[in-house]
Amino acid sequence: MVATRTVFLQLVKRDVRVALRQRSELLNPLIFLLIVVSLFPLGVGPGPDILARIAPGVIWVSALLSAMLGLDRLFRDDFRDGALEQMMLLPVSMEISVLAKIAVHWLLTALPVLLIAPLLALLLNLPTHAWGVLWLTLLFGTPVLSAAGAIGVALTVSLNKGGALLSLLLLPLLIPLLIFATAAVEAAVSGLSAAGPLALIGAFMVLSLTLAPFAVKAGLRVSVN
Amino acid sequence: MWRWLHPYAKSEATFALNQKLLPWFLIPGLVLTIVGVIWGLAYAPPDYQQGESYRIIFVHVPSAIWSMGFYVSMAIAGLIALVWQIRTAELALLAIAPVGAVLTFISLFTGAVWGQPMWGTWWVWDARLTSQLILLFLYLGVMALYVAFEDERAGGKAASILALVGVINIPIIHYSVYWWNTLHQQSTITKVITRFESPSIAPEMLWPLLVNIFAMMALAGALVIMRLNNELLRREVHRPWAQAILNQEKKENQNAV
Repeated sequence: MVATRTVFLQLVKRDVRVALRQRSELLNPLIFLLIVVSLFPLGVGPGPDILARIAPGVIWVSALLSAMLGLDRLFRDDFRDGALEQMMLLPVSMEISVLAKIAVHWLLTALPVLLIAPLLALLLNLPTHAWGVLWLTLLFGTPVLSAAGAIGVALTVSLNKGGALLSLLLLPLLIPLLIFATAAVEAAVSGLSAAGPLALIGAFMVLSLTLAPFAVKAGLRVSVN
Repeated sequence: MWRWLHPYAKSEATFALNQKLLPWFLIPGLVLTIVGVIWGLAYAPPDYQQGESYRIIFVHVPSAIWSMGFYVSMAIAGLIALVWQIRTAELALLAIAPVGAVLTFISLFTGAVWGQPMWGTWWVWDARLTSQLILLFLYLGVMALYVAFEDERAGGKAASILALVGVINIPIIHYSVYWWNTLHQQSTITKVITRFESPSIAPEMLWPLLVNIFAMMALAGALVIMRLNNELLRREVHRPWAQAILNQEKKENQNAV
């Protein structure tokens, strides 16, 4: 009997290695994020007050879009070359492998975002006392993006033109997260306690990480057939 | 316990049940709609604050309630389709989705029309309105996902999973007016059930509203039944039972001419 933890770690290691061999794809979502964020000062004007006001929303929407960009990689290549079917045949429950996939997606798309979040906050003139809360919302919120995203990708992976459909399926589900995340940062900016929305985002994270693997499994079963 | 469910996996059994149920939805639906609309629009007293324009409530509230109710029933159909692998439940889900989407659209549209004179704006990004908009997107997502698959079975299953995932939005919509104190007023009727409070509406307005709520349910339910039966016949047009029904209808039509 193979130990569950070994399989989990092996899958994570394999996927990270595969991703590291395609450096450009790894960097693209990050550059995309930077460009989208820097478009806003050009679009709405460089006034520091306006930028500080829209900063939480802009950073979060950009993080959402760049996570969507990276989602394609989650199952598509494995689906094409048959690795996904092998994954389903592993002697551990499939939820574990799905969780490994979600973890890798988070490592590759969300961790860089967390690292450059202070830079984004600086670019958009967000008051420094709100940086911590912004960072916490991203820390708790990005696993939700990866987990909910995995459901959408699992359902659309066998379709040829899944891209636009994927955003139609996912964005409605992620709107509550966006609302609470920006509410938390805005509360922090105006010096109020952000504990309430942060706790809700944490609840979203726990809920999505524990329940999403089951939905992903069912979705993959439909897609792989 | 669930044994009664299995006979309806057979299309002809579901079809027969639907034929039996249809008049029980369609006739009360039509009668109550006529009664409710005339009662609400012509005989109910005007509101002391909003005057005559509050009468849009008689369309707005029923469609809003059932936009959520039909979503839940759609998700239940999805659950049955996934757990017991019953294909007719998949078809029921697909029959409900467009009806629910239209109900959601009606509630959003009438809300906008009502909001214009009362709040002075067609649309605000208020919690209730936003979450209702999300509900519309969820309905559209379920339909789009089904259409995107070439294989109808795979599409039905994928749509069932998505419908189930989307259920988390239903409590968010319902309690949004309590959790966030925004422009949209709190519920006047459903709180009887969900919060054990007495309805905050005058009885002369409550009764026509209740009539309209039941009318909307029966009418939309009848639409779902008719859609489901059409779909059953379309899918199984080559099967003997469908042929028999179609031939009988043809004969009746010829006799009528």
